[in-house]
Amino acid sequence: MFQAIDQIFVNLLRGFLGHLPEPIRPWAGLVISLGAILGTFGLLFGLTTVCERKAIARMQNRLGPNRVGPYGFLQFIADGIKSLTKEDIVPRSADKVVHFIAPLALLVPVVLTYLVLPFGRNMVVLDLDAGLLFYFAAGASTELAVFMAGWSSRNKYSLLGAMRAIAQMLSYELPFILSTIGVVMVTGSLSTVRIVEAQGPGDGWLAHWNVFTPWGFAAFFLFLIAAFAEANRSPFDLPEGESEIVAGYFLEYSGFKFALFFMAEYLGMFSSSALAVTLFLGGWTAPVSFLGFVPSWLWFFLKLGVLMALFIWVRGTTPRLRMDQLMDFAWKFMLPLALFLIPVVVLWDRVGRGWVGWVLCGPIVAAAYVWLGRALVGRRRIQLRTYRYASG
Amino acid sequence: MSPMIYFLSGVTLASAVAAMTLRNPVHCALALVVTFTGLAGIYLGLGAQFLGLAQVVVYVGAVAILLLFVLLVTRSGEAGDGDRERDRVAERSWWGWLIALLVGAVLAVGAWSAGQLPQRAAPPELPGVRDIGEALMTDFAMPLQVVGLLLTAAMIGGAIIALREDRMRVAAEREGRR
Repeated sequence: MFQAIDQIFVNLLRGFLGHLPEPIRPWAGLVISLGAILGTFGLLFGLTTVCERKAIARMQNRLGPNRVGPYGFLQFIADGIKSLTKEDIVPRSADKVVHFIAPLALLVPVVLTYLVLPFGRNMVVLDLDAGLLFYFAAGASTELAVFMAGWSSRNKYSLLGAMRAIAQMLSYELPFILSTIGVVMVTGSLSTVRIVEAQGPGDGWLAHWNVFTPWGFAAFFLFLIAAFAEANRSPFDLPEGESEIVAGYFLEYSGFKFALFFMAEYLGMFSSSALAVTLFLGGWTAPVSFLGFVPSWLWFFLKLGVLMALFIWVRGTTPRLRMDQLMDFAWKFMLPLALFLIPVVVLWDRVGRGWVGWVLCGPIVAAAYVWLGRALVGRRRIQLRTYRYASG
Repeated sequence: MSPMIYFLSGVTLASAVAAMTLRNPVHCALALVVTFTGLAGIYLGLGAQFLGLAQVVVYVGAVAILLLFVLLVTRSGEAGDGDRERDRVAERSWWGWLIALLVGAVLAVGAWSAGQLPQRAAPPELPGVRDIGEALMTDFAMPLQVVGLLLTAAMIGGAIIALREDRMRVAAEREGRR
């Protein structure tokens, strides 16, 4: 019974493909899976925008959208229709072809990253040996699309936004990838499916999620911070700093093309959160074995939802970083810490991954964190700032 | 699989031609990106998963961005005095033809002699990512270290060049203030 619910989507797809002629089955499976992924995450995108606006409104003592549907929760449909019907404006001096391709060049790689994410037991489109490498290869091409959008608009603000975005994405790509190396070393595989299976409860009752290890805990937060920066989300939203460069690289886009940028940004955020779930939070596995009856895909989306809530919470509560703070943080703190975690993983693996590992590795990671943090802050003393006209 | 390879080869060749003939340098760079991606697709089609994905990570993710940065930082972008420069290059184009001919000849000889070699049976299973990783960490550990050292040296050199310019500017500013 539980197994039937767990495998319901897999069996539905398999049953449907059984009716099709043999030669087109793999392609039909790919198209249907892609359609299901786009549908699910498209709906999630719409719901997340509403939830985000409501949550941030609550944090800022406002009401937020409350006109369309119950409690304003159908606002995303109205927004979607609006963006579809708005005029599509292309600047006269813009590079028309590149300007047209840029949103597609951003959206397609982001959608490709979903192919290797396991959403549940047996629920992965492509189980590649090099799944994680596929993810990073697809993600690597987004910077190019951002450049194309900023450059082709022939607008100084767009170009500035694109340069900011590329500098930021390149800097944070390093900790983003390096923080996952520990997981690959411990699992001994680049396949996302193997990585999730290795984190399952196994014979015991407690799951072996990678976040429950000293290095995994640190790597998880490194990965998450880098994911914030890759998604250009607050506090790393300099590329679209409204008060400085209007809106950044997608400034000259309107109507549906703007909606595509918006969607690509959210889909990218979902996919990096989903990768964080896969690598560190055990993917679709239950935290304890007696909760194993809950369907695996439900676990996955629960964890994804928790991370989404974290993304929204951080956006509502943190101020934007300065450019030098952004770069210092990536190169002087995150990169050394991510590199330092690699030998710690080796130590953890050698001493048997148990409580001995905790006693040995825990203080090392904590000491590295404190030391690097001190080095980053330097001799500056951080104290309560006083404002002349706004003292609280 | 074979029609896919032909299609990818066509895209790769067409974009390579475009990369050489387009007038706007940024368009050339973007066409080159399509070439890189097409090559990666061919690698993937031939079953070299690691090579194909590494090609995308390194060339599309890093080299192309570097190219575009260099283009944007070093020239004004628009084709203004580019025409004169292009004429000057066109006068010496026979050098390019000569080099292309030589490289082509070497490749042709290589391809011809490859057909003459005794045929060896293909390995039963294509080497996967795991085999490549193990080979890199055991048999090829030394070359890997050397390449890493070389790249690190290049990076430090680049940093020093950038740093010296910066220091010189600071020194010049001090001089001017005096």
